[in-house]
Amino acid sequence: MHIPDGFIDIPTSTAFAAVAAVGVAASLKGAARSLDEKTAPLAGLTATFIFAVQMLNFPVAAGTSGHLLGGALAAILVGPYVATLSLTVVLLMQALLFADGGLSAAGLNIFNMSLLGVWSGYGAFLLAKKFLPKSKVSITAAAAFAGLISVPAAAVGFVIQYALGATATFSLTTVLTAMVGTHVLIGIGEAIITGLSVSAVMASRPDLVYGYRGTKKNLEIGEAHK
Amino acid sequence: MKNPLVTVGLALSLVLAGGVSYYASSHPDGLEKVAGDVGFLDSAKESATEGSPLAGYGVAGVKNERISGGLAGVIGVASTAAISFGLFYALRRFKKDKL
Repeated sequence: MHIPDGFIDIPTSTAFAAVAAVGVAASLKGAARSLDEKTAPLAGLTATFIFAVQMLNFPVAAGTSGHLLGGALAAILVGPYVATLSLTVVLLMQALLFADGGLSAAGLNIFNMSLLGVWSGYGAFLLAKKFLPKSKVSITAAAAFAGLISVPAAAVGFVIQYALGATATFSLTTVLTAMVGTHVLIGIGEAIITGLSVSAVMASRPDLVYGYRGTKKNLEIGEAHK
Repeated sequence: MKNPLVTVGLALSLVLAGGVSYYASSHPDGLEKVAGDVGFLDSAKESATEGSPLAGYGVAGVKNERISGGLAGVIGVASTAAISFGLFYALRRFKKDKL
């Protein structure tokens, strides 16, 4: 999923870098409002854990592998703003230290994974939570669903970038079909890892889980009204 | 550290990046595979950081693949932890100062 330099032309990459910068700036503001003594260490852990797990490519189909993106996982654990920053730190470390993902492509990658991956995952999580009974197990199930959705969503981001500024001239439908097909499969792995990770944190420190704290608060408000 | 979750999580990250990563699939990832199948893989250019001693998740000069990859993983985990904990603690303090 890490776009190297060269796939997408410089004007398109620059435009996406500008959009990514606006998203990251907004996230810095949002994160400053939500971080406190208790959540700051979990936020650091989330970014570090995602870096580590992104190294673990799993096989998905003949000759193809995938790895966790972590956008949905981070959004549920620490909220979408801090999640965007976490993913951005991971992507910058990978591009700068490990030559994984191009430098001119950094804006493209941040847009797809730190913004699209995080917010589509968070949206899917909130939607699933609405339809599931209010319980801890539901948080894990909603997290897995969010992971599943977030990967093809990020893949569609690449297809949009390809449509706007590909240096190659292959059919857009071919790229769209191949990208979404492959990334739905990778999304299944994402769902499993996201569900397991969220349930592990829910088992030890549910009070720290951003996506669960919201549930409790709503319940309390609901009870207060009665 | 007061929070065992953070200690355990960081230790797990070190084990995953430093040890388990050796067993990760080396097949191309989704995007790389699609690029190869469709035919635009050769439009990729070398990254400006390709000369980094850690490029490609290995440590330059270390011949043993397990040690080279594991060391790169440990360095990556330590660097990501330093930057992210620093950033999030700074943001938390920024908020406190304003109040």
